[in-house]
Amino acid sequence: MSSRTSSQPRQGIAGFLLRRQGRKRATTADLITYLYLVLGTVIMFGPVVWLVMSSFKPIEGLYDFPPTFLPLRRETAVVPGYDKPLELYDVTVEDGSVRRLAQVNRIGLEARMVDPANPDAAPIKVNINTREPVKSVHFSLTNYTDAVERYPFWVYLRNTVVVTLAATLVTLLINSMAAFGLSKYRYAGRDAIFLVMIATLMVPVTVIMVPAFLVIAKVGWVNNLWGLIIPSAATPTGVFLLRQYMLTIPDELLESARIDGASEWRIFSQIVLPLAAPALAVLTIFSVMWRWNDFLWPLIVVSKSELFTLQVGLNAFQGELNVQWNYILAMTVLTLIPISIIFAVLQKYITTGIATTGMK
Amino acid sequence: MTTPSAGSSATRVKTRPNDLPLRLYNGLMSLGDVVFVPLQKLLGFKNMGYVFVLPNLLVFGVFILLPMLLNFYFGFTSGDSILLENRTWVGTDNLSRILQCSNYADITTCREDLFWRGMMNTAIFVVGQVGIMVLIALITALALNRPIWGRGFFRSVFFYPVLLSPVVVALIWEWILQDQYGLLNALLNGIGLKPIAFLLEANWARFWVILVSVWSQMGFFTLILLAGLQSIPPELYEAAALDGAAKWSGFRFITLPLLMPTMVVVLVLALIRAVQVFDVVYVLTNGGPGTATLYLVQYIYRTGFEHRQYGLAAAASIILAVVLMVLTIGQLRLGRESDAA
Repeated sequence: MSSRTSSQPRQGIAGFLLRRQGRKRATTADLITYLYLVLGTVIMFGPVVWLVMSSFKPIEGLYDFPPTFLPLRRETAVVPGYDKPLELYDVTVEDGSVRRLAQVNRIGLEARMVDPANPDAAPIKVNINTREPVKSVHFSLTNYTDAVERYPFWVYLRNTVVVTLAATLVTLLINSMAAFGLSKYRYAGRDAIFLVMIATLMVPVTVIMVPAFLVIAKVGWVNNLWGLIIPSAATPTGVFLLRQYMLTIPDELLESARIDGASEWRIFSQIVLPLAAPALAVLTIFSVMWRWNDFLWPLIVVSKSELFTLQVGLNAFQGELNVQWNYILAMTVLTLIPISIIFAVLQKYITTGIATTGMK
Repeated sequence: MTTPSAGSSATRVKTRPNDLPLRLYNGLMSLGDVVFVPLQKLLGFKNMGYVFVLPNLLVFGVFILLPMLLNFYFGFTSGDSILLENRTWVGTDNLSRILQCSNYADITTCREDLFWRGMMNTAIFVVGQVGIMVLIALITALALNRPIWGRGFFRSVFFYPVLLSPVVVALIWEWILQDQYGLLNALLNGIGLKPIAFLLEANWARFWVILVSVWSQMGFFTLILLAGLQSIPPELYEAAALDGAAKWSGFRFITLPLLMPTMVVVLVLALIRAVQVFDVVYVLTNGGPGTATLYLVQYIYRTGFEHRQYGLAAAASIILAVVLMVLTIGQLRLGRESDAA
């Protein structure tokens, strides 16, 4: 007790930041924890922030060295008597003062500058080492507009959205039907089916790439969006998750509905599915994530550029001989926006969903 | 709404937003009646279980189970055609070609030295990545388990990269690691060091591939470890404190042993995932420089889809499957032991 009464509550911002549950004073361990977490935040978030910042830089700013955090733009001024806007520089003149001048042209180490306020005066000759370009913060959208214009971004986006939505719908439907069939009926072979499905959880696509491609080819789904939608829909993880959830729905509920004359499909669609909504929500989030981020499978199935998903398309740009980072940065940001929004809105469900199911 | 019958209109307004989705759902679901009601009449309700399982089973069988079985056939045949009828049976030739070396101490003497290089690289990657990642994830989980302000925020921050696609992750880091204009080299330059071509020097490339994959996956394992930590009853620590135990011994004798089952799950999941490392590396380095970051799955991908040696690729993936199986069985064993302990 004595320790609690002797510790004075701290004042101000530090007191607020260091306040703990239970109103005890922050310990050294707390400080170290904060230090670690803040450093961690910089490392985990920093790269993404850097990407976003870079994507707003005009192409000449992209290759500035050392790079700046904020996107900068060269300032220009329209000076009467000159057709084009002239670049502004801060020039240290001989008496040591700094004047803001516009550059008319540059020959070797000398630049001819003119005072924008006094354009009629003869241009001054200045050594280029005594001047600094004037820059201001400017978030340029040209990378985005150019990238969208130059590359079939909308096509990739459309393909990705179509695949993500269709695959998620199919996944939800057939996984929940299977989970229902595996949890609410007794029949020969039921447990065997379940076991085989669960066993293949351990077998990743990477192991069956070659024969899976053959099967896709035989079905005729090479270079076809169906080849991206259907094969990935029968996720054993989804069946497992939904089955475990449906096991908790009491059978008596189904029995009484049967006595009332409901068909099995009615029971499934009107009783079991609504009750399994939380598990369906988790599976929906996961399925959207899986399909949006899928890379290896589309890489194998689709080789025509008009059928590329965003991930495959992005990979194709960076594989080009002359990597055009200004476009790639903008496209990468556009690709990660939807997932980031979903995360921002549903982060609580996602993190608890993963913590309880242990799947990703 | 300013209708005179306020009571009834209020309830109607309340239900209206849900009305359309509900009607849509019911409408779509009644389409199922068309198929399922006659089927139920035909088969009886007890056999409807088969009907419900069928669509999923069909897709599963054709696209997962069948390829798994076919993989064995590919592994024991050769030829550059993917069509089964054009392939010739060669027995275990593919496997022995992969495994044959004239001197096992020197992988350059192996017939498929690329496979062995991939194996070696994968082994180094797995040890480095899993070791670093589980350690950092554990520290982070312990930090997030403390009663501090902003826990939810920090938890989300550490988890966020998990959601990014491998391509996006690779591009973010490729941009930072650029040798000429990259952020990291600018920082090095700032403290007076020379720029390093991080992705063009073998050891640096190996190092960064490990760090990038730790960065992108750590949050997932942190969450699982955090869930494990939170399931430890706080009364245990209170009892230990009453008995005069030091904080460190609380960690040593309560936290660590009780976290062991979660730790085993995390380790094995991380191992299984690390063995299959592919997509981030494929974009980041494409196996380079040279073969410095060529891993097992990329060897399979290259052999199968770039060199069209389907037999070799399938044989290599059988070996990969065996490795994964051993790891999974190891998990079950370890899990049982730590449960018993």
